[in-house]
Amino acid sequence: MPKTQVYHAVTERLEILGPDGTVDKDLLPELGEERVRSMYLDMIRMRAMDDKALKLQRQGRMGTWPPIKGQEAIQAGVAQAMADDDWLIPAFREHGIMWLRGVPAHLIYAYWAGDERGSAFPEGVRVFPVAVPVGSQWQHGTGVGLSLKLRGEDAVAVTFGGDGSTSEGDFHEAMNCAGVFRTPCVFVIQNNQWAISVPLHQQTASETLAQKAHAYGIPGVQVDGNDVFAVYSAAAEAIDNARRGGGPTLIEAVTYRLGDHTTADDASRYREDEEVEAWAERDPIVRLRSFLEQRGWWDADREQAAQSEAQTWVDRMVAEAEAMPPQDAGDIFTHMYAELPPNLAEQMAEATGGESS
Amino acid sequence: MSTAEIHAVETDPAGATEKLTIAQAVRDAMRDEMRRDASVVILGEDVGVDGGVFRATDGLIDEFGAERVIDTPLAESAIIGMSVGMAATGMRPVAEIQFMGFVYPAVNQLLAHAARLRNRTRGVLTVPMVVRMPYGGGIHPPEHHSESYESLFLNSPGFKVVVPSNPYDAKGLLAAAIRDPDPVLFMEPKRIYRAFRDEIPTEPFTVPLGVASVPHAGDDVTLISWGAMVRVCLDTADMLAREDVSVEVVDLRTLNPLDRSTMLASVTKTGRAVVVHEAPRTGGFGAEIAALIAEHALLHLEAPVKRVAGYDVVFPLAKNEKRYLPTRDRIATAVRETLEF
Repeated sequence: MPKTQVYHAVTERLEILGPDGTVDKDLLPELGEERVRSMYLDMIRMRAMDDKALKLQRQGRMGTWPPIKGQEAIQAGVAQAMADDDWLIPAFREHGIMWLRGVPAHLIYAYWAGDERGSAFPEGVRVFPVAVPVGSQWQHGTGVGLSLKLRGEDAVAVTFGGDGSTSEGDFHEAMNCAGVFRTPCVFVIQNNQWAISVPLHQQTASETLAQKAHAYGIPGVQVDGNDVFAVYSAAAEAIDNARRGGGPTLIEAVTYRLGDHTTADDASRYREDEEVEAWAERDPIVRLRSFLEQRGWWDADREQAAQSEAQTWVDRMVAEAEAMPPQDAGDIFTHMYAELPPNLAEQMAEATGGESS
Repeated sequence: MSTAEIHAVETDPAGATEKLTIAQAVRDAMRDEMRRDASVVILGEDVGVDGGVFRATDGLIDEFGAERVIDTPLAESAIIGMSVGMAATGMRPVAEIQFMGFVYPAVNQLLAHAARLRNRTRGVLTVPMVVRMPYGGGIHPPEHHSESYESLFLNSPGFKVVVPSNPYDAKGLLAAAIRDPDPVLFMEPKRIYRAFRDEIPTEPFTVPLGVASVPHAGDDVTLISWGAMVRVCLDTADMLAREDVSVEVVDLRTLNPLDRSTMLASVTKTGRAVVVHEAPRTGGFGAEIAALIAEHALLHLEAPVKRVAGYDVVFPLAKNEKRYLPTRDRIATAVRETLEF
């Protein structure tokens, strides 16, 4: 008997906005001038938030910060495609989309400066806290999707992670279960090429990360992650499909981590300046500004005003974060359980000298 | 006194009762809670059509359907990771890890997330879930089916850890665990899943978490134990009674939060304590109990606290498991040494 083909798959890549600001008009989503401009303003604020955090860290006013510089288009594009009731399950390089989904920016600063209250999001904000153990959050995303499906909620769980996290077993388990249960999930890989010092080709022998979706029986697509229109279009299609009961989608957004892994890292130890410079020329913010200018939707005056407004906003957020009163001495104990158990009550009294009860 | 007699006194004499095994009591608790609360769902390997390898979910899929009794892919980390996502968004998952020896792949999800989410978010997101895990030895199984890993989780703040020793407690504690607002690890003594039946109430009831019981009263020495070892302690107490040794048995029932006062009251009364558990001795929970007794009841002690535990070895295969597990004779020897000190 001859061998027969039992499975064949093709992985597609979506690009709409070129590095010079020109677009594929057939693929350009109909967002309109105001929404495109607001995405640009979102991205400017993200960049300002990131720059400020790095400065604060050097001044000793911020803890270890993972920069998002270069990855703003993914976060602005996906956020634009989400509906109010959708859940976001982030990893730890998603400050931009966390803010866009309703997390007050001053809480993001507070968290990374070492204050747990930075993960106590206001009621109604459907965002999980940062997940540091790499890849673990993919499983939560599938669980949230299953929860939404079982309760008949018309919402989608959008989970983020990095290229390195696709090597974790949890990534595989989460995609597999999402495929089996057809959960309303969209999984977004921010493929920024580097997991600290290990490049993508040492993470996987796969040509793309998107193609891994085929193994789980779910759609997978690669997009240019520095192209906000491609990200938005792929996310909107995937989210819409999930909401209509079509099950999960994996999106690989190819981008580049222009900064270090965190402020505790020195990326010059393991990668060449030329590589960073080449990617800096594909900066997603510059690219969208070129588009806006070519359309006549933007000019130097607007740019100056926007940059100045972003600085003012960031300064206000820093002031709010730094104005938070210190936590109570007993706060490390009181949130462990719904009710303080006797051994913790005893330890709390010991730790606080009876100040807090 | 047998366990059946002890629990008969806790049963409402007017209410209907039935004779159930621990496995049946566990199933009934889940059934009752699923009837009571639509957000309770079961997920695990073979929990659906098969009814669980120990039949602890037998028939539940027929009453509640595959949407609430979910056969998952064979992935422990996914079972717990998905449960965290579900619990944080309005569900009450009751996850089954088929054997506690297979919990390792899920430990990251348990320790890094389930136990921490409430604290990390200052109470905004919580994890009201139960993880049922058949634990312990004595059933002559293949490798990795006999472990008692409670210590791993008792040194990881954020969980409650519950271990029933009889059908009444199994039903009442599991119902309480499912209603609890925090993650509960529910360790089921698989060795005695079907070893005996007790007459227990047919109606739903709860046994509060964090309250120990004293299934056998005595004056000379206190045996402190939990789970399957409670039966062995009760047998030891019966045997020693014939030698005129009066043994009190404290069944902790919940290891975290620990009912320190019941335990310390007993030791204060008898002046002697022997802790019995299946897990290896070094770093076992017996060490914590001995330390607590030393901190709070030292001057009442007539003898050092002794531990009868598993040895610090890999859990042996079937032909050697009797050489590992604490027995009536090992416990009796420890009691006599304590009395003769």
